[in-house]
Amino acid sequence: MEELTDNEFKKMTLKNAVLYENRSELVKFSLKVIGEEDEIIRAFISVDEHACGGIPIGVKDNMHVKGFKTTCASKMLKGYVAPFDATVVRKLRENKFSVVGKTNLDEFAMGASTEYSVYGITRNPHNLERVAGGSSGGSAAAVASGEVIAALGSDTGGSIRQPASFCGVVGFKPTYGLVSRYGLVAFASSLDQIGPITKTVEDSAILMNIIAGKDEMDPTTVERNIDFTGFIGSQLPKMKIAVAKQSFGEGVEDGVKERMREFVKLVENLGHEVTMIDIDELKYSVATYYVIAPSEAGTNLSRFDGVKYGLRIPSDSLRDAYERTRGEGFGDEVKRRILIGTFTLSAAYYDAYFEKAQRVRRKLSNRLSEIFEEYDFIITPTSPTVAFKVGSVSDPLVYYMMDIFTIPANLAGLPAISIPFGEVGNLPVGVQIMGPRFSDAKILGFGDFIEKQLR
Amino acid sequence: MDNRYKPVIGLEIHVQLNTKTKAFCDCSAEVFDLEPNSSICPICTGHPGTLPVPSGEMFKLGIKVASALNCQINLYSRFDRKNYFYPDLPKGYQITQFFHPLAEFGWLEVNGKKVHIRRIHLEEDAGKLIHSGDSITESDYSLVDMNRCGVPLAEIVTEPDIESPEQARVFMEKLRAILRYIDASTGDMEKGAMRCDANISVVDTVTGKQSNKVEVKNMNSFKFVEKALEYEFERIIGLMENEQEVDRETRGWNLATKSTVSMRSKEEAHDYRYFPEPDIPPVLLDSEYVEKIKQSLPELPDKRLKRFMESYKLPERDAWTLVEDKQIADFFEEVVSQTKEPKETANWFLTEYFRLIGEHGEDKIHVTSRHFVELFRLMKDGKISRNMAKEVFQESALSRKMPAEIVKEKGLEQVDDSKLIEEIAKKVIENHPKEVETFRSGKEGLFGFFVGQVMKETRGKANPKVVNEILDKLLRGS
Repeated sequence: MEELTDNEFKKMTLKNAVLYENRSELVKFSLKVIGEEDEIIRAFISVDEHACGGIPIGVKDNMHVKGFKTTCASKMLKGYVAPFDATVVRKLRENKFSVVGKTNLDEFAMGASTEYSVYGITRNPHNLERVAGGSSGGSAAAVASGEVIAALGSDTGGSIRQPASFCGVVGFKPTYGLVSRYGLVAFASSLDQIGPITKTVEDSAILMNIIAGKDEMDPTTVERNIDFTGFIGSQLPKMKIAVAKQSFGEGVEDGVKERMREFVKLVENLGHEVTMIDIDELKYSVATYYVIAPSEAGTNLSRFDGVKYGLRIPSDSLRDAYERTRGEGFGDEVKRRILIGTFTLSAAYYDAYFEKAQRVRRKLSNRLSEIFEEYDFIITPTSPTVAFKVGSVSDPLVYYMMDIFTIPANLAGLPAISIPFGEVGNLPVGVQIMGPRFSDAKILGFGDFIEKQLR
Repeated sequence: MDNRYKPVIGLEIHVQLNTKTKAFCDCSAEVFDLEPNSSICPICTGHPGTLPVPSGEMFKLGIKVASALNCQINLYSRFDRKNYFYPDLPKGYQITQFFHPLAEFGWLEVNGKKVHIRRIHLEEDAGKLIHSGDSITESDYSLVDMNRCGVPLAEIVTEPDIESPEQARVFMEKLRAILRYIDASTGDMEKGAMRCDANISVVDTVTGKQSNKVEVKNMNSFKFVEKALEYEFERIIGLMENEQEVDRETRGWNLATKSTVSMRSKEEAHDYRYFPEPDIPPVLLDSEYVEKIKQSLPELPDKRLKRFMESYKLPERDAWTLVEDKQIADFFEEVVSQTKEPKETANWFLTEYFRLIGEHGEDKIHVTSRHFVELFRLMKDGKISRNMAKEVFQESALSRKMPAEIVKEKGLEQVDDSKLIEEIAKKVIENHPKEVETFRSGKEGLFGFFVGQVMKETRGKANPKVVNEILDKLLRGS
């Protein structure tokens, strides 16, 4: 076998890595590339210099790898060492993967730029002045820069797909319940889902075959035997595809709209039937999400009180110790969401906010189900914009609105993939393909087909 | 005047369910008196990344409790989070069932009256704080023991149907008996396996006015439930008579002062921000499964009480004493099935058997139905007197030996031999000429003296019936 070059390693797909015999060499390559690249990109919070042989993979630092620190990019988890392997990490190990490092994220996965991390900002490998997206920005940047073969991210409102889109790689959010959340530090339990960030669609399918499955440690997982690679490389029959009219609406960058038009044309030219539909309910999805996610997040983060682990600022009184620990431990964006969540669940406002948001969530789910009775997929851009400049978005509302296309899949528990499709000003654009529950294999198959057309 | 004021009482009872594991993890749920923090894991101590997995056994026991209390069982139930900060609550929220409880609309009969059960829901227990000083305010620091975190509880909430402190105590005693019958909980209040909070208000029947509700806590025995409520009832009457406002507040029973002390006012009540627990999907119970559990329940104390009263002709009080503890009641019935003498058996249980258990402890007493059968036969055959039987019973219970063996060993067997008794009687008469003379002159009362003397000579073993007959013949010549 010929000697592998750095460049070949950087481009190596998971499909090829699985076939590559000298796995310990792959880890060495990975550590070397990380050594070279990460000084600037800062995709990793921690790197395991002694990682054993295997397929080098990055794991977002909100998932437990036993014996290693889990930081969630927060001061709050100072010194916290994971007491067990997340189920997905255990499965990776069983399949000869080697976790070479924990990737950067927005604190507790709350953000869309990986700017809100106490470990610094992750840079977009395509343009270092731009953000990598978030919250799984570290994972997306690590894959895009070739530091690792693949990575795991978590997606609560787009946190896998949007950074994948910004960094020009593939990001897949599975149907809720297919991948165990055991060992993932919860942000919003009913929305969180772990998924792959890879160089190709096929790699995402391969990784899904490894990490998915019912887990007795996570009662929200479901028993489904899906071969995620089932439709890879196959010619799909004529599909009925809906394009959300909102893809061309206000707030979507012109360049992104242009790529969308091209995408639609391509799909039509491939013989699929494309229809433009108006999904009016999309306009409520951001508001709905920003009630439900903070509500769940606020209580999920209650456990960080300085009593058991992580940061503790001692004080004379219990209340003061709580206030100081949490006051110093959490960053502003996390605090903002805890405050929103505390408000929306308070007895006086529960009906007006949380209960109402749950109703809108059901309504949106029903509407999407209706659409899927007629269409196989819904297509939108993954993000209305390409990667923005570091520090350029300071208004939380502007920041939140950028999740408009990714959030519906989380609210309805649907599978969705972001695949790279062209560029705007040298920055990658991602197209999102969303399908009904458990259509994961079909989405991956369709994505794979499109991807191969582009090569 | 006495009956002018009537208390209105409702109870909230937390029952620790007898499951092997905790509610949402695999740690052992038997945590009483364990070394602190020795039955814990990342799940029950609220580590990030962990998820709760509800125990099936918790549901099984919950359904048993709900069925035994005549509740309607909701096939759809769901967990919710109750949010508050306290060091003994590792996740910062308690997993409970607020919106959709396991069961509703039940009742338990107390003194012939139905006390309605509003709801029964499942939840997890919190841990315990161990303060460095005598009380929380006098402590420099507190330690947290998380063994109890995640132990499954059934919370039983009654309607305010209870009409006296005594009734509240009886309700609790009955509840404990039921819990033990169905093996759902030890019901041990002293060990905290059953904890009771009460709501009490008072109605002035003359004016029709009703006071505000006061919540009473810290009543960790059946007696204190009654005492604390009696105290509180009187306290509220006192306020009403002086036309003072009764504050809506939570008060704790103070054992030392035998009074209740204000803990916090209702205005300071928490907003627990209840909302559906997103980590656990709603629980859908199979109606056949529920039915199967219902069918598996043993005969419950109330039904058994009625049966004991009817078929064994026992007064209610005695019957309840036998019924309250299922093991005792089972044993009693086993014995009766052998002796065929319910009344006599009940007497022996209520006096001798319970006395021995009380004096020596249950584990020292070894009695089987055969012991009773043999003991009763020995008495019936005139081998031993009733008094002797008590001694024999005690000896055999403590030594594991059969009654007949004890009688033989100790030479306690009654002497029936009339020739031998006649010889002794004759000797007694010979040795007491004066007494014989006095007797024959009409002092009939002295007959007992001669009986006593004969018994003394035989060291109590002579059959009293035979002694009487022989002395009668010799002295009266009839």
